[in-house]
Amino acid sequence: MAGSGVAHLRTNDEPVLSVENLVVEFPAGRHQTVYAVSDISFDLLPGETLGIVGESGCGKSTAGRAVMQLPAPKSGNVRIDGTELSSLSASALRRIRAKMQMIMQDPISSLNPRRKVKHLVTEGPRMWGRQDKEALEKRGRELLWAVGLDPDMVWERLPGELSGGQCQRVCIARAMMLEPKLLICDEPVSSLDVSVQAQILNLLEQTKAEFDLTMIFIAHNMAVVKNISDRVMVMYLGKVCEIAPSRNMEHQARHPYTRLLLASIPDPDIHREETEATPVIEGDLPSPLDPPSGCRFRTRCPLATERCAAEEPLLREVTEGHYVACHHV
Amino acid sequence: MTRNEPLLTVSEVSTRFRTKRGRLRAVENVSLSLEPGETLGLVGESGSGKSVLGQTIMGLVSHGGKTTVTGTVLFEGRDMQKLTRKEQQQVWGKDVAMVFQDPMSALNPFKKIGTHITESLRAHLGLDKAQARERAIEMLRKVRIPEPTRRIDQYPHELSGGMRQRVVIAMALACDPKLVIADEPTTALDVTVQKQILELLDALRTETGMAGILISHDLGVVAGQTDRVAVMYAGRIVETAPTRQLFTSPRHPYTEALLAAVPRIEQDPHTRLESIEGGLPDMTAPPQGCAFASRCKYSRQQCRETVPHLVPSSDTVGAPHPHEVACHFPLDGRPATDLGMPRLETLDDRVLEMEAI
Repeated sequence: MAGSGVAHLRTNDEPVLSVENLVVEFPAGRHQTVYAVSDISFDLLPGETLGIVGESGCGKSTAGRAVMQLPAPKSGNVRIDGTELSSLSASALRRIRAKMQMIMQDPISSLNPRRKVKHLVTEGPRMWGRQDKEALEKRGRELLWAVGLDPDMVWERLPGELSGGQCQRVCIARAMMLEPKLLICDEPVSSLDVSVQAQILNLLEQTKAEFDLTMIFIAHNMAVVKNISDRVMVMYLGKVCEIAPSRNMEHQARHPYTRLLLASIPDPDIHREETEATPVIEGDLPSPLDPPSGCRFRTRCPLATERCAAEEPLLREVTEGHYVACHHV
Repeated sequence: MTRNEPLLTVSEVSTRFRTKRGRLRAVENVSLSLEPGETLGLVGESGSGKSVLGQTIMGLVSHGGKTTVTGTVLFEGRDMQKLTRKEQQQVWGKDVAMVFQDPMSALNPFKKIGTHITESLRAHLGLDKAQARERAIEMLRKVRIPEPTRRIDQYPHELSGGMRQRVVIAMALACDPKLVIADEPTTALDVTVQKQILELLDALRTETGMAGILISHDLGVVAGQTDRVAVMYAGRIVETAPTRQLFTSPRHPYTEALLAAVPRIEQDPHTRLESIEGGLPDMTAPPQGCAFASRCKYSRQQCRETVPHLVPSSDTVGAPHPHEVACHFPLDGRPATDLGMPRLETLDDRVLEMEAI
């Protein structure tokens, strides 16, 4: 992947989520198609956090949404706790979606500006017909406490009266109300300041431990993803380049695109600046309307050869649990 | 090292806006200076006043109406706040130029790339149409845009985000300004493109010898690009020092906390980050003492009562660029060994130190 392949799926264990050969395409008019996600596979074991990293347009958000069947993928299987989602009826799908909750990038716009925090937090279970208002309120308040908000302070407030970080906390409390198994976080800290970002990252770790969650964490910032994940999946133009354990990944990563991403992190540790010279990779992301043949990264890759244009690399294991899709590493 | 005459001198500048909730102190008593060819980084979180300061220096925010600007901004000896509209137009783009965050909204979607650049060339340098076009192509080449002769006749929407930001930079540099103020120039871009743009800016600064002010919330961006850094919090500069010194031995607790809050790639997964609890104070009713006191783990009584002023730390007095810090109890400036890990030892040391006093 910048190839395909399923070699990295862990068939022996019992994954909470297993995604196989996921394909998402969108019509773009004039008989063109956006190849947003092209044949990717991944799985998550209970309690695991998978980080998905890549630049804008690489399909990482689309992949996260396709797991929720928002919209349903063009092809491929998504199984949560062994239930295949693509064959479910609309109402069964709706029921199972409650087990998967999403945290979005912009916390302020993902909350209805006209509704108070108390309504926002208790809305989920009420939609499922829970009538015991008092119990819900009690749980809502507990969860607000758990995410570091004073329920008495925010209970009657509107999202507009809260800061971005506080809104993100409300979103997390709101997601927890439905007792999900899987939490999909799509760039949950990208619009927050550094100091608040650290608060939310710590909170997500804590929430995950407290509620026994399995998590997908989507972001463009390599260091943020590494901080929170157990495994990291690097995507480029709808394909997977590399899946690696996050520990030591800055040294272990092999795919040229992963190396490029790592080298591009602006580093505040100034005393380290002269360590390694990395090749500058010029150029922008090619159009997903007409992705390059073979390996999709080859147009920007310093290692590219003719083989890369002709043949798509498959994910293969380089060390235990570490998979790379490249002909040359 | 001989000291040059400063290109820019900002003295005791305050910018306030009249809002419904009262007078908002966006910039409070800021002084700084910049020599020719030097690059200063302005770092701070959203709401710290860094962009308003940049705009005040430029003269884009000026006294009058709902805005009060006090203090002086001298650019080559001229007060930027006292220029007439006509004089401003002569300075903007020619002597001082600005690069904005969002390249799409900085470019006019109805105008070709070429027109954006030739406009200022013809107005400031009096070039004719053909000369201006030629120079515009040269500028596009300078910012490493491939096929400049084709790109010059395209519209902004036909270019990618990175290419558009290159155009915005070409516009800013067209008339060889002496000072470029770049306000979050790479925030809207992807990391790999950000790296390209930062390297470009760096190369262009070396080529042209211009001075720069780089405004960013990203400490990493500022670290690699500047000679000196000023950290802003709640409208004030709380610490300023040569870049290396600031990052290796921060003295203001806010700078220290900010550096510790950034996740680093070399940290192990699941390392707990040191977060700064709370948020910025309401700047329409700033606290009596230090604005950071309520979030500062070292704060004491004095911090909540009096505002600390920016003073050079004792060991750097007399240096061309002293390490200045606005804190009643500045950190000792020992190199931070393991940023990002809880620094309990340092905290205990400090408590002991203070108790000894």
